[in-house]
Amino acid sequence: MSYVAIKGGGRAIAGAAAVTEFLRTEEGLSETLAEPLGIDAILHQLRHLVDRVVSEGGVYHPKFAALAIKQSLGDTLEAAFALRAWRSTRPRLLATPPLDTSRMRLIRRISSAFKEIPGGQMLGPTPDYALRLLRMELMDESPDAFRAVARAWLDSCPEARLPDSFPKVLDALRAEGLLPPVTGRTQAAFDITREPLVFPVPRSAALATMARAETGSLLAVAYSNMRGYGDVHPTVAELRVGYLPVMLPHPITGEPTEVGEVLVTECEVVAMYEADDAGGKPMFTIGYGACFGHNEVKAISMAILDRALQKGMKDGPGNPSEDPEFVLLHVDGVDSMGFASHYKMPHYVTFQSDLDRLRTTQQKSGEPA
Amino acid sequence: MNAFSHAQSGNAYNFGFLDEYAKKEVRRAILKAIAIPGYQVPYASREMPMGRGFGTGGLQLTLSLIGPEEILKVIDQGSDDSVNAVNLRHFIEMTCPGVSTTTKTTECTLIQSRHRIPELPLTSNQIVVLQVPYPDPLVVVEPSEDKRKTMHGEADYSRLLVKLYEDIVKFDEITISHRYPTRINGHYVIDPSPIPRWDVPKLNASAALILFGAGREKKIYAVPPHTKAEPLAFSDVPFRVEDFRDEHGHRRACTRCGCTDSFLDEFAADSGSKTYQCSDSDWCDEQMLLARQTEGEPA
Repeated sequence: MSYVAIKGGGRAIAGAAAVTEFLRTEEGLSETLAEPLGIDAILHQLRHLVDRVVSEGGVYHPKFAALAIKQSLGDTLEAAFALRAWRSTRPRLLATPPLDTSRMRLIRRISSAFKEIPGGQMLGPTPDYALRLLRMELMDESPDAFRAVARAWLDSCPEARLPDSFPKVLDALRAEGLLPPVTGRTQAAFDITREPLVFPVPRSAALATMARAETGSLLAVAYSNMRGYGDVHPTVAELRVGYLPVMLPHPITGEPTEVGEVLVTECEVVAMYEADDAGGKPMFTIGYGACFGHNEVKAISMAILDRALQKGMKDGPGNPSEDPEFVLLHVDGVDSMGFASHYKMPHYVTFQSDLDRLRTTQQKSGEPA
Repeated sequence: MNAFSHAQSGNAYNFGFLDEYAKKEVRRAILKAIAIPGYQVPYASREMPMGRGFGTGGLQLTLSLIGPEEILKVIDQGSDDSVNAVNLRHFIEMTCPGVSTTTKTTECTLIQSRHRIPELPLTSNQIVVLQVPYPDPLVVVEPSEDKRKTMHGEADYSRLLVKLYEDIVKFDEITISHRYPTRINGHYVIDPSPIPRWDVPKLNASAALILFGAGREKKIYAVPPHTKAEPLAFSDVPFRVEDFRDEHGHRRACTRCGCTDSFLDEFAADSGSKTYQCSDSDWCDEQMLLARQTEGEPA
């Protein structure tokens, strides 16, 4: 009698990989010329997909993010996962000092708190006010038309001289005494890639965890707070998207030196005021969100949750979104998708053990008392 | 090994996939886990290229411990040939050039396993790495990790014992089938990973070092060699392993090798009847070989 437990596992895995690869390249069978998806095309034409993957992957490498998207056939969870796994192979050699986001080269910045803000509102690229109608003309876009759009836009752009940096809206509020002064600047940031979360965790650990969290998970928990399982009631003081200069100490002089820039989204929300415990003036409170790439929904969700978690850490959680363990241990895409997938693996032994318990208790419940 | 030697040699990946600093960090956590038997040591679990829940915690232990002279066995559900075992073994072979692998329990120095401990008693030259989905046995009675940590520190397992007691009141039987809470060295109670109750006694006074790695939950713990491991039970309701007796009270035998003292997998035959075979595939092969040798001997 042959052994019935799954045999030929190796062949099965190779077969699964081969048929997935076939699906990726199937278009190559058609008579018309089928081009493989170029990394540059993904980087540019699917940029928000790349933004999402660099953010959730937790490493700023847009090119490898594009590669991960290509090889995962566009599955964001899988792509972020591959990028994270790649990062595990890299030693961490240096840490940057805290970077000053007022020095960001902005492509967009808005405030919903004030009509006029110092430096002005700048809508930039956003679908916020676009009609979500399917643009049928893109169904069969010619390369010429494609090129013409970009050229026409550049030609029509005025030679505006934009300032190098914009002041932060929060600074104005702080100057008016509506916000508490900044504290804790001297504390070193908690590094979630080198230290596990052992609760209670500092705020920087919560922020770092959310910065690379899965967008949908973060949104769902933040949304629960917005809808009624919480009471943050935020106002977006400032949302900015742009390229942030990354500074590292110069290897010889030690002077902070710009080594490159990363695209980031930053959101600062202001929430209803709370009275000072020591009887001081009541002040607004702040929630902060920031992540790699252009991911506005994620940054806003994070800012709301930061505010909710600060409240939970101070007064004890009143709902799930204020509970650090609940939020921070359930928003990581790599962890949650991996565990959901693992249920597809064989569980013969544990199920056999379950059967033993059920049969025994069934037998006992059938016996006369 | 220098952390950068492989990166510089053009090889895309370091020996053992992880960078050397990460491996050193895992080894430090292992030492702490051995020093405090049963204590869950938090560590900065790295993302591995397979799913969380597929053995990334065990894999990080294996990759941090493995050297080129190692002889490795990888099993899943007791079988060397199940898909996940094959996958993990391929990955380790790919990223650890020079390492040899085997399916034989007698030959290996390092065993990575999911859900089983081999039937063959292990030796002091062997290390078992078990993959762990839920490291904390208290999670069934207390969802907050912060509170659980205090309970462990105070060896406060009263709520867990109450849970077992409630089972007896309701079902006249403790209903925990696998992941059976087990007290180590008289203090910490561990979740011994989803091994069946059948395997729990193998933890007690084991000659081999047994390590537990929970990648997603970022914990490492250990049952060091020759350490006491007692499944939670009551003096009048002893701990019991899976019962493989048939309706007449006879111990079922493996239909393949005839063994009557191994954990059996149940299979539904096409006819609707049930058949049983050893879950440990190497054990089953060895028993068959033994039987054949005995048959072959002149009377």
